[in-house]
Amino acid sequence: MSIGLLETGSGYWQAIIWVIITVIIGIGVLWLRNKGKEEYKKNTNQTKPFLSGNPELTKEDSHVGASHIYWGFTEALKHYYQPLVNIHTGNINDYSGWVVLVMAIIFIIVGVS
Amino acid sequence: MSGILTHAPALVIALPLLAAFLVPIIGRFNRSKGLGWFVSIILGLSLLMTLLMANHILSNGPLIYVFGGSEPGLTLPSGYTVPIRIIFQIDGMGIFMGIITAVVSFLGAVYSISFMEQHSGLEKYYTLLLLLTTAMYGMEFTGDIFNFFVFLEIASIASVALIAFRSNLSGEPAEAGFKYMVVSSIAALMVLFAVGLFYGQYDVLNMATIASVMQFTQLDKIALILLVTVLAMKAGSVPMHMWTPDAYSEAPAPITMILVAASQASLYALFRVTFSLYNITLNTVVIGWIIIILGVLSMFIGVTMAIIQKDIKRLMAYHAISQTGYMLLGVGVGLAVLANPVALESFGIKAMEGGIFHIMNHAMYKGLLFLTAGALFYRTGTRDLNKMGGLAHNMSYTTVFFIIGAAAIAGIPPFNGFASKLIIYESVYQFNPLLSIIAMLVSILTLASFVKVFHSAFLGPKLEQYQKVEEVPKSMVVAMATLACIIVFFGLFPDVIVDNLVHPAVMALINQVNYTSAILGGM
Repeated sequence: MSIGLLETGSGYWQAIIWVIITVIIGIGVLWLRNKGKEEYKKNTNQTKPFLSGNPELTKEDSHVGASHIYWGFTEALKHYYQPLVNIHTGNINDYSGWVVLVMAIIFIIVGVS
Repeated sequence: MSGILTHAPALVIALPLLAAFLVPIIGRFNRSKGLGWFVSIILGLSLLMTLLMANHILSNGPLIYVFGGSEPGLTLPSGYTVPIRIIFQIDGMGIFMGIITAVVSFLGAVYSISFMEQHSGLEKYYTLLLLLTTAMYGMEFTGDIFNFFVFLEIASIASVALIAFRSNLSGEPAEAGFKYMVVSSIAALMVLFAVGLFYGQYDVLNMATIASVMQFTQLDKIALILLVTVLAMKAGSVPMHMWTPDAYSEAPAPITMILVAASQASLYALFRVTFSLYNITLNTVVIGWIIIILGVLSMFIGVTMAIIQKDIKRLMAYHAISQTGYMLLGVGVGLAVLANPVALESFGIKAMEGGIFHIMNHAMYKGLLFLTAGALFYRTGTRDLNKMGGLAHNMSYTTVFFIIGAAAIAGIPPFNGFASKLIIYESVYQFNPLLSIIAMLVSILTLASFVKVFHSAFLGPKLEQYQKVEEVPKSMVVAMATLACIIVFFGLFPDVIVDNLVHPAVMALINQVNYTSAILGGM
């Protein structure tokens, strides 16, 4: 199938075949899912999570806000993030300073090369 | 038809420019949706004309238009050895960028019909939008370096006013507009200084003519450094990127989408300067690596800063910086091996194809993402992700469009972002495996960041304050749906775009002889 065949330099990519394979795998997964236990009952205690005996939070209370997502990631990388955030001062003088600094560095590199 | 085609380069600029001056008059009679429809029709016509030109250029070669000449195609009237008039020179690369400008500005206008309906001063808004579009076309089509400066200035002034357009809501848009004005002024001054250096040495302003006599003197080196630095800044490259989140987040959503394309026009200028103006006269390895390093910094710092954002548009703005890094990386690798024919043929051209293809893909999916952010703001009145949640219950179309845009930017198959990123990964790996690995890592972090947005804004139970939220109006849905369709089409049939648009664009950049001979003939 030559339509949609992209040459990538080291190989080829065919999105349409990828879609066909994904659909086939999806059908297989659905078939496997339907082979599940027949005695499963919706909206009974079987569907409730067990949280070490603690009461389940309401859906409204259990929604994790944006500030809490990836907290561990940012906490682990705080030594990377602190200086990075600090240089984003929001001050236009600093914005201009970075342009001058980069220009000076490129001047030196091109000058000595 | 051939008459229209002959004058199409002028008409495509004249149409939005004249409409910009008509809009205030029309606005006196019809202040509501009529104005938006008028501007959409004008930009739709510009889009059609751009596609007409693209068809001609890709079949017959570059389109040349001499302003004020006895014949539009006569660059050197008898007795002249250098062109003295302003000339538009539209080759594969120019028209590639022109198509992006045409699509994005047209859809921005369509989206604005409903999005901006409640705002006052719409005649000013649409006038500025048309001027910005005119300037972007000009930056991409002109073959005259002073004329480029003029269009850069028009684009900057229109952008500043549009960023600050909603200053009635708070002081932040005015502040963002002021910051963009300062960085744009610095850029414009440096570009003007570089233009002066060229004119002082060679007595010409036509880029093809300058390229043909380029000596790469000390003054040329200074001009190169000035142009590379400020054009990289205008494209949003790290560490000169800090204006980007301010400007992109405060501008109205359709304007943010057009600003992304305007930044890409500066990126185009950076590539045009390095490839068409200087080419192998400069030390391609050094300048190539400078562009690569700017690209890698942009990719990595952009995405890591995006992850910690809580404002949806600031988050997306940092991703715009990150994605610009991919383009710089791909084309930077091409520049680094430009003087090495074997490496250029082996992977340099492919790396450039990946970088250039990513420009178009980015304009489409980042445009879509900014429009979905605009849709959320339109219905919730906030950009704060902490205050959002459960919006997928009521905004199903917006949710689907967001998923498509997010999957595309994260490089998930079969969407368009994957196709261009795959070309970049594989070709850059042959140049330096570490660069390719960083690019893949950035894609993973991009996915993580958009999972956060999806979870925060769309998933979860309906929040009490958004119980009555509805889907956005039709014109906004149509603009987003069109971009989503383009993304899916480009993803399923990337070869159609790469073979017919991207490859000619790359070859137009690489082949400097064709660029100069189109103006100077066999001289």
